Amino acid sequence: MALASLTLSDFRNHAHSEFADARRFNLLLGENGAGKTNALEAISLLSPGRGMRRAALGEMARDGGTGGLAVGADLRVGDDIVRLGTRIDPARPGRRTARINGADAPLARLGEWLGVLWLTPAMDRLFTESPGGRRRFLDRLVLALEPGHAHHATRYETALRERNRLLADDALPDPVWMAGIEAQLAEHGAAMNFSRAALVGRLSRALAQLPEEPFARPDIALDQGGSDDADALREALAAHRPRDRSAGRTLIGPHRADLLVHMAGKDRPAGDCSTGEQKAMLIALVLAHAGLMPKDRPLVLLLDEVAAHLDPERRAALFDRLRDGQAQVWLTGTERAPFAEIEAEAARWDVSAGSVERRS
Amino acid sequence: MASQEIEALASALARLPGLGPRSARRAVLWLVKNRERALPQLVETLAAVQDTLVECETCFNVDTRNPCGICADPRRDAKSICVVEDVSDLWALDRARLFQGTYHVLGGRLSALDGVRPEDLTVGELLQRVEAGGVDEVVLAMNATLEGQTTAHYLAERLEAFPVKVTQLAHGLPVGGELDYLDEGTLAQALRARRPVD
Ligand SMILES: Nc1ncnc2c1ncn2[C@@H]1O[C@H](COP(=O)(O)OP(=O)(O)O)[C@@H](O)[C@H]1O
Ligand SMILES: [Mg+2]
Ligand SMILES: [Zn+2]
Repeated sequence: MALASLTLSDFRNHAHSEFADARRFNLLLGENGAGKTNALEAISLLSPGRGMRRAALGEMARDGGTGGLAVGADLRVGDDIVRLGTRIDPARPGRRTARINGADAPLARLGEWLGVLWLTPAMDRLFTESPGGRRRFLDRLVLALEPGHAHHATRYETALRERNRLLADDALPDPVWMAGIEAQLAEHGAAMNFSRAALVGRLSRALAQLPEEPFARPDIALDQGGSDDADALREALAAHRPRDRSAGRTLIGPHRADLLVHMAGKDRPAGDCSTGEQKAMLIALVLAHAGLMPKDRPLVLLLDEVAAHLDPERRAALFDRLRDGQAQVWLTGTERAPFAEIEAEAARWDVSAGSVERRS
Repeated sequence: MASQEIEALASALARLPGLGPRSARRAVLWLVKNRERALPQLVETLAAVQDTLVECETCFNVDTRNPCGICADPRRDAKSICVVEDVSDLWALDRARLFQGTYHVLGGRLSALDGVRPEDLTVGELLQRVEAGGVDEVVLAMNATLEGQTTAHYLAERLEAFPVKVTQLAHGLPVGGELDYLDEGTLAQALRARRPVD
């Protein structure tokens, strides 16, 4: 079990909502617009990054509130409780900060305590949209296992912006300065490539063990953005300068990588499969990944409107797999019936107009 | 309600790092209460600093004389130069008295996004100091930020042309003011663990 309790203050339509005594399965029920997804989004912010909706910071503070927001949770680690939190101070609305056991901490540190993954209706388009979404999904999977990934990704991002800025200059960029930036890009980019490749390898092996039913089994591969060797990546970047300069931006590197997904058996790109098959492959990916998590690393799975959209057979299989795994699961739905199988063991809250009430 | 002048003083103090409006108001109240002694003393010391504050032409430290107290100190080892981004880094390092050599303040860090280019920093002056001879080692003590580390790479490459040993702090310095909170042991360790730049 991961989160023992959760508190939302001025988070979207929640003025103040508390989820106490969370369990292995946690069920949020309510009408459309009640604030269920908002609650999952709040949990997603207990990890580095922009959260489940990739929202701008200004969007999340409650309309009519202080302009700030806070999310707090008690994380159970063995017999201990670690207090995790994140907030936006109304005085500094452009900044999200983390608190761990009462002390301020960089956001990346949250990842050292907890892995958070999610499946949302918006991700139904993951296999058909541009590679950016798949890269972010892949990085989430890596991050859940390897907290250091956030540091490399942030550094890489900054170095990339620096290099692109120099490339866009009218004047020829200072080659020594370029080399300094590329050294950073290469160091952090190679580390990213290495971690991504290692995860895709492990995940492929885990997926290969799975049956092709009831969840369509995905074959995955990484279209890697350059080498996982820092020196090789640095040389490649240096050699690519003229072409990058005509493009006005960096054309090679891990920011161009893609996660390639095919449906096993049919050998068809995931993007060409039916909506239902795509969803099933996404679920298979997330479940296989959860199986890779070390026993002592808490993982939270946020399943937004996932269960209700599956047929009864797949839904039962999903619940079985989740029960066998070790992740704590937060599920949302508009109706009780689809969750009958886990109702006895689940904590259930009714969500209505930004308020929550424990029902079982 | 305080007069305009008192309000102006409070808001000037409030802008000081670490103060803010409440502390500034407390400081002003205290100054008003102790106006006989404390106020003239503050005015005089501020004026004295304002009249004599200069930038050292050698190392770009800020002091009341030029060359600065560090550059002028004969006990200092002029053969080794520790390069820092800002005066605040120099002060923090030197307060701990861990480095026996001299310094060089760059005046910032390379940042394409912020428009800080090599010519905006005192890189040329550093290379001149090294070229003039008598320097054995240059220690690059940049911040641990991406820009700091890029700057370290940049300097290391520019210094390759000279017969000096170029070393780098193991992990870079924590950013800006955070240095003040570092204990001497950590700083000493960072300096001891400096390694040649590859
Ligand atoms: N910053 C905000 N302040 C107040 N309400 C918000 C804010 N952002 C979104 N909302 C409201 O939250 C509601 C959507 O909540 P959501 O959690 O997505 O619903 P659901 O329960 O269907 O998942 C909408 O009514 C929306 O107007
Ligand atoms: Mg919703
Ligand atoms: Zn000096």
